[in-house]
Parts: sequence; structure tokens; C-alpha cells
Amino acid sequence: MYRYDEFDQDFVHARVAEFSDQVQRRLAGEITEDQFRPLRLMNGVYLQLHAYMLRIAVPYGTLNSRQLRMLGHIARKYDKGYGHFTTRQNIQFNWPALSDIPAILADLASVEMHAIQTSGNCIRNVTADHFAGAAADEVADPRPYAEILRQWSSVHPEFSYLPRKFKIAVTGAERDRAAIQTHDIGLHLKKNAAGELGFAVYIGGGQGRTPMVARKIRDFLPEAELLSYCTAILRVYNLYGRRDNKFKARIKILVHETGVEEITRQVEAEWQELRDAELKLPEADIQAINAYFAPPALVSRPEGDDAVKQARLDSKSFSEWLDQNVVTHRHPDYAAVTISLKGIGEVPGDATDSQMEAVADIAEKYAFDELRVSHEQNLILPHVARADLKAVYDALVEIGLATANSNLISDIISCPGLDYCALATARSIPVAQEISRRFASLERQREIGELKLKISGCINACGHHHVGHIGILGVEKKGTELYQVTLGGSADENTSVGEIIGRGFSSDEITDAIEQIVDTYLGLRLSPDERFIDAYRRVGPAPFKEALYAGETKAA
Amino acid sequence: MKVLTANRLSDGIAVWYAAGGWAETVGHADIAHDKTAEDRLEAIGAAAGANNEVVDVNLIDVTVVDGLVEPVRLREKIRAAGPTIRTDLGKQASPEAARAA
Repeated sequence: MYRYDEFDQDFVHARVAEFSDQVQRRLAGEITEDQFRPLRLMNGVYLQLHAYMLRIAVPYGTLNSRQLRMLGHIARKYDKGYGHFTTRQNIQFNWPALSDIPAILADLASVEMHAIQTSGNCIRNVTADHFAGAAADEVADPRPYAEILRQWSSVHPEFSYLPRKFKIAVTGAERDRAAIQTHDIGLHLKKNAAGELGFAVYIGGGQGRTPMVARKIRDFLPEAELLSYCTAILRVYNLYGRRDNKFKARIKILVHETGVEEITRQVEAEWQELRDAELKLPEADIQAINAYFAPPALVSRPEGDDAVKQARLDSKSFSEWLDQNVVTHRHPDYAAVTISLKGIGEVPGDATDSQMEAVADIAEKYAFDELRVSHEQNLILPHVARADLKAVYDALVEIGLATANSNLISDIISCPGLDYCALATARSIPVAQEISRRFASLERQREIGELKLKISGCINACGHHHVGHIGILGVEKKGTELYQVTLGGSADENTSVGEIIGRGFSSDEITDAIEQIVDTYLGLRLSPDERFIDAYRRVGPAPFKEALYAGETKAA
Repeated sequence: MKVLTANRLSDGIAVWYAAGGWAETVGHADIAHDKTAEDRLEAIGAAAGANNEVVDVNLIDVTVVDGLVEPVRLREKIRAAGPTIRTDLGKQASPEAARAA
């Protein structure tokens, strides 16, 4: 994985020193909150309901054991023994004291981590496919390009005060696991007919109060022009993005109001001024960054087939975990493992200090020291020999992280909601927990099949409800929590925004409503192979509306 | 009825104005029953903000139940108690607050 060079390390240390000084001056009363707030936000420090919150960047979701162990250490020493992995592949701590933040940032810097640009109207952490470098269906590892974008966007003087925050995602496979079409810029790394690498470029995707699917503005951008083209997009946005209205300030609104043809013309015109100049990536630089992401030496481990076969016979639960949480690797003797942070009834995305340390140990011993955070709030071991899968499984069972529910209904994305967040209007986590408990039976979950359920506790949609096969949005109505349900959303290569199905449900009703939706699906699917999303696209909302609301209409 | 709430600057912990200082629990917060009292609390909050003791100062609606102050809105109830999904954390984790909650 990427290692800081001297420049990176000096820069991060300098930032820690600078922000530590700012914190000290704030605590001493030398600067006001109005002066301090933008400074703390630039360094990932929010103020939430109960305390400060620190959001730490995990670039494109890639971590090594040492870093995860440090996160465990921070959870134990400065927080309350746990952290929360987020949909931007980052981690948040919910309880740090402001006075401890300089020490936390110094600890993070010692393992090449920081919290820079995890807030504010700048380019945020660039996300990538969590199976990058391991996926069998990948054209090339997208992370070197994410790293190039990270270097380019870090304290970029022109793009540090954009109209609004800006999010970029990169995938290297046709099957989109990075939700690129929900991003301000989505990049799909691909090869052209000549076998050259480049990107399909999407812009203007986003969620929040105005969800929009990104529009493709270029089918193939040569890899060398990545930065010149992104600069052109950012320039057009920076110039014309609406600074008069926070709710209309994202690039999605600009694309929508300007029209995709016109905005493409503007971007291309800007790019003509920039291309083939100093922003063109030299092949040697691309190779140098690529070298950091050289895959581990995956030695042949053909004994894996027999080992897995035998272990399947010995253990039903291992067999189920294998079916659900283990995916094909580009090397036939290896596999990529999803460590579910969605235990039945648990808080989605939370991990304790000791779990982080134990997972770090597992990664060190069995997974070439490499880990990923997925935007679906799970951890990933991208390279595990099939021969070691049983040992990994047994180690995960010991720490309560072997739930075999990847991509099933209890693998829920949930924002922190009103239990923590100052912006939230309703709780999300208790809803996730109750649904998870209702569908606790793995047999039942597997019968239902792939189902992406996502919950947000306010219109800002951090829980990605718009693109859930089933989405739940919590709002406050007349002083109580009300949950709106959307159906038919999706965040893959066929991205769609879900449609509101009807009136909302109280916290007492919502789980029953979800169960009714699921039962309706089970009753109408053509075969067990027809996923919920496919069935919904075939039949539309009518049968679900009928199931949920028909009684009311008749009563009325 | 309103009380004054904020977060303490140094650690961000939620606090309520009570008996001339900032208490970590809401139960005995000073209640403003009329506009004059609200103005007084607001002035105290503004001064405490300017004095760098607290941040994010707000007046919130409350009721009194069994002699103890209780916020009206769910958001403020959760601030006063802690995360509903982690009752081992926040104010609710301490015996005194548990009684008040």
C-alpha cells in the first residue's frame, strides 16, 4: 500500500503542530468559536449532540494492521472503547475531548494517518472499490488513481473553498461496488479497444435532499489526463456552482440546471486549455504510484480446495459464512473476506477497541497485513489464502465478527442518526437494530437473498437511503419520529433513486412495514434467483402499495 | 418553560445552566418561566460563550416531572441522557442522572 514520502510526512506533522497550536489558543480563549470552527472542521473535528466527534480519513478505505491497531488504541485511550466506520470508508470517534485532539492527531501521524479534509467545502476522502486489487473482475487496481487524486486534492489552493463539499469515487470493474454514480465525480477505470487504460467520467451524482444519478460526460479519458480533466470539472463547478444557496450548491444542481450537454461543453472547453500541459501525468509517475500498490506475493496454495471442502463438511456455520462473506479472488488459491460489522442487533459499523486490535492481528497473520473499510460499513480482508479461511473464520468467531450476512437484509447501512448527530431529525440505529433482530434467522435472510437496506436519520442522506433497494428516511413530524420508505434504489452500475412508496410509519410500525414489503416480494418473485431489486423493477410499486396501504383505503 | 444548554468548550460535554454554574445533568437546571427570565438566561449564555466556557448555547423547551427538569424535544432528551442504543454511555450511565432521567 501507499507509504508516506518525506513530503507527506512533513506536511502531516506540520499540520498537527499547526492545529495543536490552534486548539491551545482556543482553549486559552485567544480565539473565538467563530474563528475556530472553520479551523477545527478542516481537521475533522465536529461538535455533535453529546460531545465532539473526530472523523479520521482512511484513504480509499485502505488500512494496514499497524494503523487499525492505532485506531483501537485511540478508541481505548481517548474515547469510550469503540469507533464507527462510515460510508466514506472513514472512521469516527464519538467522544473525544477537544483538549485530547492534538495528542490523537500526533498518534495518527505516527502511523501515516490524519483527519485533514474530512469536513468542509473541499474535496473529501476519495473512495474506491473495497475489493480493489483483489477482485477477479477488475481491469486494474483503481487505488493508484485514488492516491493521485488524494495528492492533487490535498490542500489544493484553488479547491479548498468550493461552493460545497465534493466527493470522488473510483472503481476498476464493470460491476460497480464503489457507488460511483452517486458521487460528484465518478470514475470508472477501463480499457479501450487498443488496450489502453482510461476512465469513463460521470459527474453530478449525489444524495441529500435532491438525489440525482450522475451523468456520463466522457466515455474514455486517457489515464494521463486524469488531473487535467478533473481540474477542468472543478474549475467549471467552482466558477458557476451556486454559492447563494447551500441547498443548491452541489455540482449535481449545476449539472441539472445547466444541462448535461452544456456543462460537458464547458468542461471540455476548459480541458482544452489544460490538456497536454503540466497536469498531464507522466508515465513514470503513474508507475511510481502503481508500485506502492503492487499486490502481495501470492504464493500458490493449492491445498486450499481440499481444506475448504473438509471444513465445509465439518461446520455448517463456516459453510454459510463462506457462501455469504467470501468472494472470488483474481488468484484461484485466494479469496476476499468481508468481516461483517452488522452482528444481529448490533450498531452497524461500530467496532470495539479490542475487535480492532484482533482484526489487525488476523490481517497481519493471514492477510498480508492489508485491510479495507467498505462504504457499506464493513471491514474487508482482501487477500486470504483459501487454505487459511477456516482459521480466519475461527478467529472472527472468537471476537463476535463472523456474522454471515454480507449483502443480506441485516447488512444494513445506517447513519448515526439522532443518537449522536446534531443534524439528525430521527434515530436510525434503533430501527436498524430492530429490523436486524426481526430478520435474525440466517435461513430466512438467505431465502430473501440480496437486499440492500439503508437508513438515514435526516434528509442529508448519510445512510444512503435513496439508493437502498429498501430505503428508510427518518424525519420529525409533530414532535415524533416518522419513517418514510423508498423502494427501488440501487447504487451499482445500474444506479437508481428509490421512490417514496406512501405515507410514513411510526417507530412502532416501521419494522412490520419492512416485513410486509419483504413478504410481498417473496410472494411475487418469479424465482429465488430474482433479486428484490429486479422484482421491483419488473412490477413497480403497485403490489407493495397495495400490501402496505390497501386496508387503510378500504377503511376510509 | 425554558432552560439554557450548551456544550463545554474543553471536552464538548453537554451541560445545562444551574445555580450559577454549568451542570452536567439537566434535572436541576434554572428554569425561565417568562420572557424576562429567558432574556436573562440568554445573556448568561452569551457571556459564557464570549468567556470561552461553552459553545453552541441554546434555550430549550422543558417540562418538570417529579420535581426534575425534562426536555420536551426528543433531540434534547437524548442529549440529556445519552445515546438510546448505548445506555452504558452518556449521562444516563451515572446513577445520579439515571434517577433524574
